[in-house]
Amino acid sequence: MIAAVDVKTLVIDGINVSARADQTVLEVARENNINIPTLCHLDGLTDVGACRLCLVETKGSPKLNPACVLKVEEGMEITTTSDRLKHYRQTILEMLFSERNHVCAVCVANGHCELQSMAQDQGLTHVRLPYMNPKLVVDASHERFVSDPNRCILCQRCVRVCAEVEGAHVWDIMGRGIGSLLIADLHQPWGESSCTRCGKCVQVCPTGALTDKSKLGSDHPKYPEFLPNLEAMREGR
Amino acid sequence: MTSEELLQIAESVNAEHEKFDYEVNVCMGTGCMSQHSAKLREALTKEAAASGKRCHVRQTGCMGLCAAGPLVLVEPTETLYGSVHESDAPELILSLGEPPVERLRAHLEDYFHGQQHIVLENSGHIDPEKIDEYIGRDGYAALVKALTEMTPQAVIEQISKSGLRGRGGGGYPTGLKWGTVAKAFGAQKYVICNGDEGDPGAFMDRSVLESDPQRVIEGMAIAAYAVGASKGYVYVRAEYPLAVNRLTVSLREARRRGMLGNNICGTQFAFDIEIRLGAGAFVCGEETALIASIEGLRGQPRPRPPYPAVSGLWGAPTLINNVETFANIAPILRKGAEWYAGIGTEKSKGTKVFALTGKITNTGLVEIPMGMTLREMIFGIGGGVPDGRKFKAVQTGGPSGGCIPEEHLDLAVSYEALISVGSMMGSGGMIVMDDTSCMVNVARFFMEFCMTESCGKCIPCRVGTAQMFDLLTKICDGKASYADLDLLIDLCDVVKNTSLCGLGMTAPNPVLSTLRYFKHEYIEHIENKRCPAGVCACGSGVATEVEVTA
Repeated sequence: MIAAVDVKTLVIDGINVSARADQTVLEVARENNINIPTLCHLDGLTDVGACRLCLVETKGSPKLNPACVLKVEEGMEITTTSDRLKHYRQTILEMLFSERNHVCAVCVANGHCELQSMAQDQGLTHVRLPYMNPKLVVDASHERFVSDPNRCILCQRCVRVCAEVEGAHVWDIMGRGIGSLLIADLHQPWGESSCTRCGKCVQVCPTGALTDKSKLGSDHPKYPEFLPNLEAMREGR
Repeated sequence: MTSEELLQIAESVNAEHEKFDYEVNVCMGTGCMSQHSAKLREALTKEAAASGKRCHVRQTGCMGLCAAGPLVLVEPTETLYGSVHESDAPELILSLGEPPVERLRAHLEDYFHGQQHIVLENSGHIDPEKIDEYIGRDGYAALVKALTEMTPQAVIEQISKSGLRGRGGGGYPTGLKWGTVAKAFGAQKYVICNGDEGDPGAFMDRSVLESDPQRVIEGMAIAAYAVGASKGYVYVRAEYPLAVNRLTVSLREARRRGMLGNNICGTQFAFDIEIRLGAGAFVCGEETALIASIEGLRGQPRPRPPYPAVSGLWGAPTLINNVETFANIAPILRKGAEWYAGIGTEKSKGTKVFALTGKITNTGLVEIPMGMTLREMIFGIGGGVPDGRKFKAVQTGGPSGGCIPEEHLDLAVSYEALISVGSMMGSGGMIVMDDTSCMVNVARFFMEFCMTESCGKCIPCRVGTAQMFDLLTKICDGKASYADLDLLIDLCDVVKNTSLCGLGMTAPNPVLSTLRYFKHEYIEHIENKRCPAGVCACGSGVATEVEVTA
């Protein structure tokens, strides 16, 4: 006998949708071709709700909730796009652009960057905030990969993929607030760290922060969608 | 341990006290110790022994008025001496049985008038390191009562009826929280005491832990019984070495007396407590970050729901309350929920401990019934603003709170009232500012605090606070335009509504509240490149720091 699955129905952007009780609003929205922008979320990794781009409005709640961790509820009414949300999303993107050094023209990820395409999708035309331009050191000590913290948006995808999927937990964040920095092991050069050289972090990195040395110039596509397939393979499906 | 045995201990303690004609209580809180009260106690002990008088010199916790430290309280005459130096010891001991030493007396009728001590009832009266002295003042009677006469359900009912709300700042009904954890499914549950007090100018929890740690332990044990937990953690900042020390001693004492461990009071109930030290991150006061920190992870908040009551420490249902909340539990069970509910306002019951600091005559710790006005607190108990300066604003709620101007001083203190004027209760820090404070600079100080204490996980808090700090600095330096002010206001809105945890959501509050009441100061900085209070070096050099005492 198959275990009973609890099913909920809810409304997203005026569309009636059904969902399993354990699904998130983001999952259900994507199943129904409703686009909710995300940066830190990646299928196959646990969600941390850090980038705040997937915030949605729930009818009857004054709080905005991140769709990636918001569990569906019966009768929920979700709005994924509004002027207010658009403004918030644009401002958050502006903050990312102002925080470090995101000059697309000279970036290896140009054309393959999720931050870049997100800015285009969200209609970001300019950044009102002053650029902070911190001076961060590029780590090219690894024989295959490069880490450029100037391009890092601290989404922690690499941290999670390394800990959760590869099981190595080489990456972590040190410091806090605006001084947060991605580090290998206990702040060692990447090349001298316990890195297994699997390259998963490079594939899931949304920007040009972690890149493959063998790829030249701007021809640098990444394939972050490998994770669900890997998971299926491991489960023998 | 039965109630009879408790009574026996209490009687023997009191009999011990009766051997003495006089008791000389020396404050050994952090404030007084920094003014050499340890040496004073030594001198007093030596003099007392030499004098041949039947007098007992005792170390106690905080007596409240830190400004007049070191404090000495002589019982039974209830004579309070302030600013006592060790060289005053002979004179003081000599005066026992004689008229008091007038030049050392602290006249504090105003200070204690209107205060009501529930949380602080033992502070300054017992030796915090001796469990028997606590038992001598009805300590552990509530735990014995709960374990032997009440069901967990009945305990939760009492707490709900009392109207007690979380003293950490949010004001969530304590009984409701306990009920949720009690109902949550799980073989293992935890009770956590949040002692990660980090607001600038706040020292309520430190004082409670230093002065009466057994009260917190008793509250936690009762909570554990009510929700069905067997393990507890006290999360204290490592910056509070004295509190940690006293807590360690007290845990050992409690185990020795059978108040912690297996078969407490001869029942099936087992509960023990461990101390966890915070490594200095303000954000670890946020409950999910605190739990991560206890788990040995990076102290970063995670999205809620799930709330800790359902999935907390190691995924188990977890009750997490503030030090002061736990300190209120024993008196409620002892004296009844109705008694507690009779104190305070309609929605905010009981008393609240505040740390009065800043430009105020009587710096120190006060406990007042909810519903007292800010004016009574600041000008009555606090003794007003010193040096003939003019009161300007009072900052409550720490970096999450706001500045309340003179026009709202007649506000009766309660959770709702403080929110209605753009501030919040917070954990109880209260910083008084006079006309020498520049409100833009104050906002900048708190924004700097939020910026450096942001964990860096979510973008709005990590980058937003840094951008707002830069904009505020620009205004202070007299280099800002109105466009900068508009941008600042816009960022406040974004950061407030999109941040992951309470730190980011409330970080804009100091800016928003100063903009609400002191917008003219911002305009003066922008329009005329002038700081009305003369604090900011507009146009030249760097702005000076805000001074925050304690």
